[in-house]
Amino acid sequence: MQNFIDAYSAINLRYLFEGLWITTEVSVVSIFFSFIIGTLMGVARYVNIKYFSAIIGFIIDLIRNLPLLLILFFTYFALPNIGVRLAVIPASIVAMTVFESAMLAEIIRSGINAVPVGQMEAARSNGLTYVQAMTVVILPQAFKAMIPALVSQFISLVKDTSLATIILLPELTYHAQIIYGQDVNYTIPMFVALAVLYFVFNYALSLISRVIDRRMSRTRA
Amino acid sequence: MFTILFDHASELFSGLGYTLGASLIALIGSLVLGTLFALMEIGQHKWVRVIGRAYVEVVRNIPLLVITMGFYVIVPMFIVQVDGFTAGTIGLTIYTSAFIAETIRSGIQSVSSGQMEGARSVGLTYYQAMFHIIFPQAIKIVIPPLGNQFINLVKNSSILAFVAGFDLMYQGKIIANSTFNTFDTYLAVGLLYLIVTMPLSYLMRFLEKKWKTA
Amino acid sequence: MQKWKKWLALAATMLVALALSGCGQNAASRDALAHAKQTDTLVWGVKADTRLFGLMNIKTGKIEGFDIDMAKALTKQVLGKKGKAQLVQVTSDTRVPMLKGGNVDAVIATMTITPEREKVLDFTDSYFNAGQSLLVAKGSKIKSVKDLTADTKVIGVQGSNSVDNIKKAAPQTTVLQLSDYAQAFTALKSHQGDALTTDNGILYGMSQQDSNYVVVGGMFTKEPYGIALNKGQTALQQALNKALKTLRANGTYEKLVNKWFGDIPGFDIKEVE
Repeated sequence: MQNFIDAYSAINLRYLFEGLWITTEVSVVSIFFSFIIGTLMGVARYVNIKYFSAIIGFIIDLIRNLPLLLILFFTYFALPNIGVRLAVIPASIVAMTVFESAMLAEIIRSGINAVPVGQMEAARSNGLTYVQAMTVVILPQAFKAMIPALVSQFISLVKDTSLATIILLPELTYHAQIIYGQDVNYTIPMFVALAVLYFVFNYALSLISRVIDRRMSRTRA
Repeated sequence: MFTILFDHASELFSGLGYTLGASLIALIGSLVLGTLFALMEIGQHKWVRVIGRAYVEVVRNIPLLVITMGFYVIVPMFIVQVDGFTAGTIGLTIYTSAFIAETIRSGIQSVSSGQMEGARSVGLTYYQAMFHIIFPQAIKIVIPPLGNQFINLVKNSSILAFVAGFDLMYQGKIIANSTFNTFDTYLAVGLLYLIVTMPLSYLMRFLEKKWKTA
Repeated sequence: MQKWKKWLALAATMLVALALSGCGQNAASRDALAHAKQTDTLVWGVKADTRLFGLMNIKTGKIEGFDIDMAKALTKQVLGKKGKAQLVQVTSDTRVPMLKGGNVDAVIATMTITPEREKVLDFTDSYFNAGQSLLVAKGSKIKSVKDLTADTKVIGVQGSNSVDNIKKAAPQTTVLQLSDYAQAFTALKSHQGDALTTDNGILYGMSQQDSNYVVVGGMFTKEPYGIALNKGQTALQQALNKALKTLRANGTYEKLVNKWFGDIPGFDIKEVE
């Protein structure tokens, strides 16, 4: 018990929360960009433009089938060889965005697929252009249906930021490792803290999604 | 890239072997564990459901790295010796079991109970109904998500690199360090991952489509 | 549909342009010294997990150690009073790719000068003479490299030459490579291996941190530490060598060695200089 009291000293806690802040920062920025890029790629794959959609689709499949760790390594260590040099935080954001965009693109494409074809036809016959129909009619419905899948992907993203410890991103897991690396008695308290902090963060995310989901289904009814 | 692939073929393929081994063991383990917790989640007693639900929610919200490092670092300090490969495989199993539990729970709930009653009412025995009606449907529902979980496992097993688990990523890091040829090494490693995951993911997509229209 | 396609093509072009604009000139090939003088900043790759050499102080959030003090002193010598040393964390695993990629100008991180590394990097003169040794739990039956048999496991760190050395010195033993020293020491405490091997200076730092672990077996290799630079950075190499000489001559070097290693039992500071 004494170990826990010592381990959760103000200094250590502050250090942990500094790490949590970096985790949050990298997650939020990556979620923002990967949502935009993922939507664009998902739509691009869905609309079936000759060659273009096929190429986008292949890129999505390529990225989806590689380990995120490898993409992190590549962004940080291999890209400088061709002149793209990024500091550790931007590198992590780029790697997370690339990986999660591809994951989101698939979710979004299947979300659009699930919207009945009649919706598009009806919207077009009411005089909307294809782009208008897509942005006003199809995508909003698709997003509504996708909320649970999207949020669980966001949760994955938050968890995956921990992998960036391998390129020394000073996020939550790395800071915890530094603390227990300096005093073995803090090992268990640090793992407990990690589990609790990640759980609270992600569970809050999933609760928010449930609230949104419920509110939306109420307006639909 | 090809020089790396040929010069270090034995390390890379042994790494690929550990990667596939860990993924397969974890797939089987998490299938068992996942089914167990899925059954608990739809169980009769309230507290059984609560335990099942709690397990899934907790595991799903904690990073794989934290679970794996926990097994690698804490368990040997107090309980029993586990090496990196074992710790990594256990971590993968526990992490994946939560996702499989979700898949199976929704799979079971989506096969309506009317199917069984209908089959019984046209004169089939319980086992005939199970084998001819329920099983084929259940397999079609469960195979594609399980295949996707296996692809995830192959990718996620790169976590073994953190705990000296001799997997493909671990070997890749060592080769990159000894040859100083980072770019080509990671290209080669990426290629080996893709050789396994790409065909699988196309197969799963094909099965999904075929069984959905059938 | 036509409009839609155009819009999409535009978006795609912009994305590609954005991606390409990131690819400036190859940063690794520019003159690091000239760039450092322009910005008054020298970017150093340092360890943050190695007591005595470079360790994160959780209280202040700053990295402290012999390598850090050396980096700061050398920067002042090379760039003058205004010169700033910017510290970027590296591990044994990441320091070479970061140097090759130009993420850092120089690496001062317990890095041994070896012929293999000299093929791809340039080194300054040696600033510290370490030697490889073993760290074991108190009372361990392992007393030297000779006790490392097929039944023992030795922990090392990826990218350190100590893993290559131990494979030569004790070929039968299993070597487990972790990603940094903090992880390696944690693995030793978790009984993942019977001994941890690396340079004595680093090991003394670990045993100072946790007295249940002791350094055994003496030095079985010579490990002269140098400052590593990307290949072809001759101007910076010469400037740093000159600065090293000045620091040795004016007593700064000895002061720093004494500050970090002066009161460590079993450690002979005469050997390292």
